[in-house]
Amino acid sequence: MDERERDVLERIEARRRRSAHRLLDANITLAHGAGGRSTQALVEALFLPELTNDLLSPLSDSALIELDSGAGRLAFSTDSYVVRPLRFPGGDIAELAVNGTINDLAVSGARPLCLSAAFILEEGLPTAELARFAASLGAAAAAAGVPIATGDTKVVERGKADGLYICTSGVGVVGAGLELSPAAISSGDRVLLSGTIGDHGMAVLVARGELELEGAIESDTAPLHELVAGLLATTDGVRCMRDPTRGGLATTLNELARSAGLSIVLDEGALPVRPAVAGACEILGIDPLYVANEGKLVAIVAPEATDAALAAMRAHRFGRDAAVIGEVRSEPPGMVVLETSFGGTRVVDMLAGDPLPRIC
Amino acid sequence: MKHVTEYRSGRVAAGLAERIAALVEPGRTYKLMEVCGGHTHAIYRHGLEDLLPAEIELVHGPGCPVCVIPMGRQDDAIAIAERREVIFTTFGDMLRVPSSRGSLLEAKARGADVRMVYSPLDALRIARENPDREIVFFAIGFETTAPSTAITLLRARAEGIGNFSMFCNHVVVVPALRAILESPDLALDGFVGPGHVSTIIGTRPYEFIAREHGKPVVVSGFEPLDILQSIHMLMAQLADRRCEVENQYQRVVREEGNPVALRVIAETMELRETFEWRGLGFIPQSAMKLRPEFEQFDAEICYPLAGARVADPKACQCGEVLKGVIRPWECKVFGTACTPERPIGTCMVSSEGACAAYYNYGRLGRRSGRVAAESS
Repeated sequence: MDERERDVLERIEARRRRSAHRLLDANITLAHGAGGRSTQALVEALFLPELTNDLLSPLSDSALIELDSGAGRLAFSTDSYVVRPLRFPGGDIAELAVNGTINDLAVSGARPLCLSAAFILEEGLPTAELARFAASLGAAAAAAGVPIATGDTKVVERGKADGLYICTSGVGVVGAGLELSPAAISSGDRVLLSGTIGDHGMAVLVARGELELEGAIESDTAPLHELVAGLLATTDGVRCMRDPTRGGLATTLNELARSAGLSIVLDEGALPVRPAVAGACEILGIDPLYVANEGKLVAIVAPEATDAALAAMRAHRFGRDAAVIGEVRSEPPGMVVLETSFGGTRVVDMLAGDPLPRIC
Repeated sequence: MKHVTEYRSGRVAAGLAERIAALVEPGRTYKLMEVCGGHTHAIYRHGLEDLLPAEIELVHGPGCPVCVIPMGRQDDAIAIAERREVIFTTFGDMLRVPSSRGSLLEAKARGADVRMVYSPLDALRIARENPDREIVFFAIGFETTAPSTAITLLRARAEGIGNFSMFCNHVVVVPALRAILESPDLALDGFVGPGHVSTIIGTRPYEFIAREHGKPVVVSGFEPLDILQSIHMLMAQLADRRCEVENQYQRVVREEGNPVALRVIAETMELRETFEWRGLGFIPQSAMKLRPEFEQFDAEICYPLAGARVADPKACQCGEVLKGVIRPWECKVFGTACTPERPIGTCMVSSEGACAAYYNYGRLGRRSGRVAAESS
């Protein structure tokens, strides 16, 4: 690479590392909800300046509130669910709403205590349908052992919501002495993933029935708090955890690399992808690294803790396909790169916009 | 997926790479153009340049259908999409293409009914389901996608669907290649020929490149090993002082192409006198429009369109990138004012555009080496 190219690339990296100061879009587009760079710009440029405070500013999955007693910290998280279709192979919107918020608490190192659930219902939604979602919500909460402690319902006019939306919030407790943060990541750490990527996003895409694709792809929606508890009980080498949802594994790892100021190097051959998901992605020209997951954990662990952490993940039924997928290096800072099975190296960027299919 | 992994073997690739390097003549450099955006994408996605010797430069050609649509056509598309009665259907790649009035995604956010489809037949289904609306399909692509447009037209006519039309922007590959070969500012040694297009048109249309211009062509598949093998075949031709049209993609491409597909295209579409290509300007007989018999399905006739020529933003150098005159990073706005999130030019929009491929995958620069080897 010549000097000029290096200069250009360095200028671009410097620019990418800065947070967004201004949101340049005149209207909100679906890209702002896709979980990638546009979502990041929306949060950093529009919301954060108005709301900034010590609890929010780390922009982690949960806010952590110090308790006076010194008994640890309270974790607090919220999320909303607007999936279409409402039911898909492997789960439904209610199960997603329970598991998603549990996972946001769990990856912050918290033991979830309870959840809230707020329903926004569309006029005309069949009552029997709603009853089924209520049952599903109850079953998911019971299965996870995390009760729904409070709730709310609102109804909007026909055409104003896709049947129903659900918002859940949750609180949990982080044990004293547990410090998980991107700041704890260092060069040489390993990147562990609890299982296959892309299952949820592709299951929903196929379930929409617009692709005339059929395949036995099921959403991976699952509560991860027990897997996390097992992992944390096994080793104190865990530096930081995330659940890669919207924007996929690529976006989550980019956020970590950027926060830590380090590089994450992935081994393409080690990435677990189900053949049906890989096949559907190949047909649509979508990279599974950008497809949403709803039951996967990424853990950055100290190199000496790798084997124990991997064994702990694999011991849990939601972590059976866990794998070491890469490692942390110092160069190039703030970037995720992938060593391809083919023998080359490429950048893995954050998601820009929605994953779009290729046309030829 | 077994079929796919077979074409991505790192071991086989390393062997091929060695054979390619052995063909480099001392003191000589090589500029090979991969015409098709699908190849560009695969080259960057698999880090293929890391396996090539420094003497070989891959130049990215104009074979990205999204990239070559000029601003004026995108303006017209948005004007159609913003009509109250219209449901505007398009492939996803076109949603973020900038026009002088923003992108289709922005038009959608302003209230236009824009829907992404995966096939023109999906657009036809939307037409059947919405008899009170007018459904327009944004038809784009080279000969690859033209047959599905043609079949959709034939079906719409057979079913007598009255609320459906096409905004036809199909382009044909050979005149663009001719324009590039006649362009004075580019010296190429050979072409990695388009694979998907050739499944339709066959390999014969490229013979003029070997005959009149003395450049070898190898029609290539899209897996990284396909491309590497094609580069090897080109290098072997150059070493032997041969210049032929060869077909690496024999498992799919026939010399005569696909006569059935060619017949449906000819039945529904005809060549335009001229068409503007982004960056390449007007090229005679380089695009298709609907035949007069299909006029009721022709959005250019159904709707009043400005049809104006709209100049690209001054800073945008997509034209030079498309012709392979400059490399993506040499563009003044690359990666700063023009990014995949906020593209100024089309090459930054489509995953097959050279700028997007380089930005998304290649930013490490060429031959950064295996990162592992360097830092461990």
